Amino acid sequence: MSLDYTSSEMMTVTAARALENGMTCFVGIGLPSEAANLARLTHAPDVVLIYESGTLQTKPEVLPLSIGDGELCESALTTVSVPEMFRYWLQGGHVSVGFLGTAQIDRFANLNTTLIGDYHDPKVRLPGGGGAPEIATNAHEVFITLKHSKRTFVKDVDFVTTLGFGRDGKGRDGVPNIGRGPTRVITDLCVLKPDPETKELTVVSLHPGVTREDVIEATGWEIRFADELESTPEPSTHELEILRELKERTDRKHSGQ
Amino acid sequence: MAEILSLHDAVARYVEDGATVAMEGFTHLIPFAAGHEVIRQGKRDLTLIRMTPDLIYDQLIGAGCARKVIFSWGGNPGVGSLHRLRDAVEKGWPRRIEILEHSHAAMACAFEAGAAGLPMAVLRGYVGSDLPKVNNQIKFIECPFTGERLAAVPSIRPDVSIVHAQKADRAGNVLVEGIIGVQKEAVLAAKHSIVTVEEVVDELAVEPNACVIPGWAISAIAVAERGSLPSYAHGYYDRNNRFYKEWDAIARDRDAFTQWLDDHVYNAGGATQ
Repeated sequence: MSLDYTSSEMMTVTAARALENGMTCFVGIGLPSEAANLARLTHAPDVVLIYESGTLQTKPEVLPLSIGDGELCESALTTVSVPEMFRYWLQGGHVSVGFLGTAQIDRFANLNTTLIGDYHDPKVRLPGGGGAPEIATNAHEVFITLKHSKRTFVKDVDFVTTLGFGRDGKGRDGVPNIGRGPTRVITDLCVLKPDPETKELTVVSLHPGVTREDVIEATGWEIRFADELESTPEPSTHELEILRELKERTDRKHSGQ
Repeated sequence: MAEILSLHDAVARYVEDGATVAMEGFTHLIPFAAGHEVIRQGKRDLTLIRMTPDLIYDQLIGAGCARKVIFSWGGNPGVGSLHRLRDAVEKGWPRRIEILEHSHAAMACAFEAGAAGLPMAVLRGYVGSDLPKVNNQIKFIECPFTGERLAAVPSIRPDVSIVHAQKADRAGNVLVEGIIGVQKEAVLAAKHSIVTVEEVVDELAVEPNACVIPGWAISAIAVAERGSLPSYAHGYYDRNNRFYKEWDAIARDRDAFTQWLDDHVYNAGGATQ
């Protein structure tokens, strides 16, 4: 039996499953926030969600449009100042996983959210770093989620806003007090993990119905596949139901009703 | 000791052409009414500092008030780009602006260091990032005790900081509630400060650990009802998420933006949209 679901839903559910009960997750806005809240509403009710606006252990009823929506504060255990958030809670080592989105990612999981083209003559200006540069190095590990395409998966990012494993895969070697970095990347096609030796992103699991060719076609470098390639489990009816309800509540709220 | 002034007089007195100005509020309590007053008074050559420029700096940049912008995340939250910021950076309209980019952690630390009267902030940051290559205000130092390499950025010391808060009492003591961002740090780091409030009350009635900024640490208080719309004021009104979405189309087009500015800022006499 096969359920009816979209590739976006497949991505969100797979990203949500990466979070475990008991983790403390520093949540980026957008896809990571959707996945983190789905996890909280399904298999990980005790996952602690933290947003950079200072909201600690928050349980929003609808997904926030911005990182500082009132919903996040009202449903939080407590709200601290932004300097306290970054200094005590993130840099202080209390975050087990940072969950990030990005505009561009490269084969060593470096993230670019700054610009496309040359810094002083950009083709496209993107929003910039925000919390990501320090989330990626101070959290114990990092999950990344984004849609898979040749535009987003490039061999070398135009600008390293946020460190994955550096231009050569050795960017974290010998650096004291640094997290493990990206441990998995979840897309709408597959799950990738860094090779234990080279740190190059490698496909470890294909989503149902996705072929190797689909991934090769959507990746801007010669992508490698794990020897024992897995098939990502399908979303359950329960997960899809909760996700759809969450998105519907969110749309209703943000359209001003 | 804070003087209670009209918003017009507070901006006229403390925001000079060429000044370094921080208008803070992390998504919440963004001082839009004050920003619009700065636009109406035609202030020029400002160095604008804000972690998230948001729509408020998009409007100030598009109106030609800014010479330089220091920020750490320049998007329209949950929507996309700040088109006026991009147009100024990419095409120099209405004038070319200089930008200095940081990360949130560095800017938060820099505000805190400014409030603490220190020349710089130290953080475990920017490891492996290209940002230090394009921002000469990011340096690395060695910890004298452990030898660890740490990032250093200059503290933020604005000529004037402007924030919005829920209420003040008649002595100018201010209560900030909800997401408090870096408002307190911004006020304490600045030479002068303007706090706009929803209302002035007889009694603040605060809990012992509430975020209160004493009146004697603030230059001016100005009442600006609904003064942070389309951002929000916890306990007073919600964020106008619909307007944040609508802004994308308005800001994308120079003519639509100019028309919006005429209708909602220049000819609005201080009322916010």
